[in-house]
Amino acid sequence: MANQAARFNPADAAKFFTKHGHSGWLGLAYRDHGENWVELELPWREDLLGEEDRAVLASGPIVSLMDMASGMSIWTTKGDFTPIATLDLRVDYQRPARERSAVIGRVECYRTTRSAAFVRGIAHDGDPDDPVAHVAGVFMTIGKDPRQGKVDVASSAGTGDE
Amino acid sequence: MSDPAKGLVLPPYARSLGISFHEFESDMPMLTVDFSSIVEGRPGAFHGGATAGLLENAGYAALRAVLTREGRDPQLKPVNITVQYLAAGKQKQTYAVGRITRLGRRNANISVEAWQDDRSRPIATAILNILMAERAKAD
Repeated sequence: MANQAARFNPADAAKFFTKHGHSGWLGLAYRDHGENWVELELPWREDLLGEEDRAVLASGPIVSLMDMASGMSIWTTKGDFTPIATLDLRVDYQRPARERSAVIGRVECYRTTRSAAFVRGIAHDGDPDDPVAHVAGVFMTIGKDPRQGKVDVASSAGTGDE
Repeated sequence: MSDPAKGLVLPPYARSLGISFHEFESDMPMLTVDFSSIVEGRPGAFHGGATAGLLENAGYAALRAVLTREGRDPQLKPVNITVQYLAAGKQKQTYAVGRITRLGRRNANISVEAWQDDRSRPIATAILNILMAERAKAD
């Protein structure tokens, strides 16, 4: 076990990515995870409004939230930090998030194959039974866990994006 | 005329992300965003969410441009967005422009492409369905 990278832990990984790049800018925060799912939170922010005159979060940041939670759910399920690329991500909006409300994104990875990972999830603003949006996505693995060569989670903490 | 982007008001989210109007392409507003740390995902590459934000805003801008020409000003409500990621977004200026596939009374179907150096090699595409609700009249 000595030369094996530790199992991917979303709570630990979140400490890095929530301080950097797009996720850091959005202020994404880790909330919870299970064997094959991860829950993140997108805090309310005045300058992320989708419309000038309504205190409702734009839908773009919700895509970012769900993309990030998707990537983390895949790493959590696989237990490693394999670089992955979003192939296709679909978001269906049921309703706008409530005014001045944080949005919680919970995504599960329901199937992985050698080269693909399938995810689905919901975004809600307090009540998981009344979602703001549903998402479905497919990701491709694009290489090996970089930690197997160079043990440096931080420098490779991507987004599940590319 | 002096302001080609006249009438195009980007929402606070777009402005915060650094998205701005670039030029018109076939009467459709082309938006652009420069690479910076706030759009970065994997080091040195665009975050998929930031790319989606650019695509979505270009889709809305295209729809607004067409509606304005028709003298319409409905409230726009997103139904869904499907993004296809085709290539990594590198540390470069990125552009996006939308095209209205179908414009009805109540809904619009829009396709959007984003690219970097080569207009013919998109890095991502999106399809958006947007509901249009006429604004409530004072009664």
